[in-house]
Amino acid sequence: MTFLTQVLNGLQLGSIYALVALGYTMVYGIILLLNFAHGDIIMVGAYISWIVMSKLGMSPVLAVILSVLGCTALGVLIDKVAYAPLREAPRLSILITAIGVSYFLENGSQLVFGADAKVVPDYTSLSTFQVGGMTFSFTAILTIAVTAISTIVLNLLVQKTKLGKAMRAVSEDMGAARLMGINVNTTISFTFAVGSALAGIGAVLYSMAYHQATPTMGIMLGTKAFVAAVLGGIGSIPGAVIGGLVVGFAEVAVSAIGLSVWQDAVVFLLLIIVLIVKPTGILGRPMTEKV
Amino acid sequence: MPSDKRRRSVLVQMETPNLIPERDLGKKPILEAHDLGIDFGGLTAVDDFNIAMGRTEISGLIGPNGAGKTTIFNLLTNVYRPTRGTILLDGYDTAGKSVIEVNKMGIARTFQNIRLFDKMTVEENVLVGLGNSMSTSLLTDVFRLPKHWRQEAEFHDRALDLLGIFDMQGLASTEAGNLPYGAQRRLEIIRALATNPKVLLLDEPAAGMNPNETDELMENIQKIRDDFQIAILLIEHDMSLVMGVCEVIGVLDYGRIIAKGTPEEIQNDPKVIEAYLGKQEAK
Repeated sequence: MTFLTQVLNGLQLGSIYALVALGYTMVYGIILLLNFAHGDIIMVGAYISWIVMSKLGMSPVLAVILSVLGCTALGVLIDKVAYAPLREAPRLSILITAIGVSYFLENGSQLVFGADAKVVPDYTSLSTFQVGGMTFSFTAILTIAVTAISTIVLNLLVQKTKLGKAMRAVSEDMGAARLMGINVNTTISFTFAVGSALAGIGAVLYSMAYHQATPTMGIMLGTKAFVAAVLGGIGSIPGAVIGGLVVGFAEVAVSAIGLSVWQDAVVFLLLIIVLIVKPTGILGRPMTEKV
Repeated sequence: MPSDKRRRSVLVQMETPNLIPERDLGKKPILEAHDLGIDFGGLTAVDDFNIAMGRTEISGLIGPNGAGKTTIFNLLTNVYRPTRGTILLDGYDTAGKSVIEVNKMGIARTFQNIRLFDKMTVEENVLVGLGNSMSTSLLTDVFRLPKHWRQEAEFHDRALDLLGIFDMQGLASTEAGNLPYGAQRRLEIIRALATNPKVLLLDEPAAGMNPNETDELMENIQKIRDDFQIAILLIEHDMSLVMGVCEVIGVLDYGRIIAKGTPEEIQNDPKVIEAYLGKQEAK
């Protein structure tokens, strides 16, 4: 059943992109910032797992928890230190700052950990299991399940909770939200926390599949997730999930037909096509200029 | 339903100049501004603005376009920081407070150009306003614990009660952006009321409404004042509304109050006629 295996591979890769794309889309939705440092947060998450398991020899469960918590804290810290002082500044300033933070994280980890790839050990000894004569990758199933659960929880969070309503209100009209008594700073911090927690989960799932941590691993992963977010319609949560899955399936499909050298190119080709045909993305709404 | 949880503050004893003659303020004023002014660069947008509003008073602010009316709303809600002067809400100085804190202290407003959360439903817009009094925890909400359902039911009821002011319960699950224009204006008022204000600022509530809707709005403004026992300050160009509903009117021109008084006094004030029609027309 190679076809089913490929479908699972596509879902697995797409799920990771989706988790990362959610972080991009949420931050963009609320402060219109393309957070280029987002991919690098995943890199830090992978290093945390490596430290906890390889260096400290502690349990994988602890590695998962610390990776997710570490990414969450890092995301909130980056917002507080680098972006919050620029809240009223022109959008270009904060965008350039985001690129700066990205370089800082990449070069910082190269300084601390070295440029060579670190091997993140297996989180679990389960690698495959069989159902009815078919072999499934445990990691693939886990990745898909975790992403599905994360997406459902995120959806509940955004649609049903007070903070979720505050997030949606701030993303529509920050000024009006403030005048309705919504604490905008808390809401933005919370958005960064949720987006970065998802990146942390993504980091763990990515390390499970690829077992590598390098200072620059966040660049391509982040860029592709960004493509996924734009593809789905940046600012749209279901759009990020759909975009992530489309990108994941496209890559796997290209590899499956033996053109794996093209797998990166295909992702960006997809982006170009979407930007020409439907610039707002699959689920994006037409932008109206806010005054 | 005025909330009994509303803070009853000890009023700061201070001398309030009798800014508006021939009117009994009843108790201490709820909202006061003393010599309020703001400069933008070299331009003085508002100067020497004084007001003292009774606790259940309906006042109006009129004046030609660009006179500084909305600027005053932005000053009263701390969106702008005044260059001069002080604002007291229920006796408390609002200087240095954030926009959010001022809202919690009891000032809520609507906007000249409607600023609803368009992609959220009508009910959610009201729930955002009610947010201040919501004490829910994230965990109970995400995991849908029994407490979540109780709170949700409670807030749902409160939101529907508020929507009932304008008979809008039936529209609760409509996206706010899809409402007709008049209904959007009404929803903005409800959303502002949901924050449990002591003073409600309405920025051109009748803009774009037809005469029937304006009449209805007039009745509703009075009804809101009576039911909620709050003060209402409104900016309006529709003279039938201003004259019909306001007890006191201030006329603003070039950032200064040029006349103040009852609707009758204002209608016969030559300075007002001059401001609106130019010098030649005035006697």
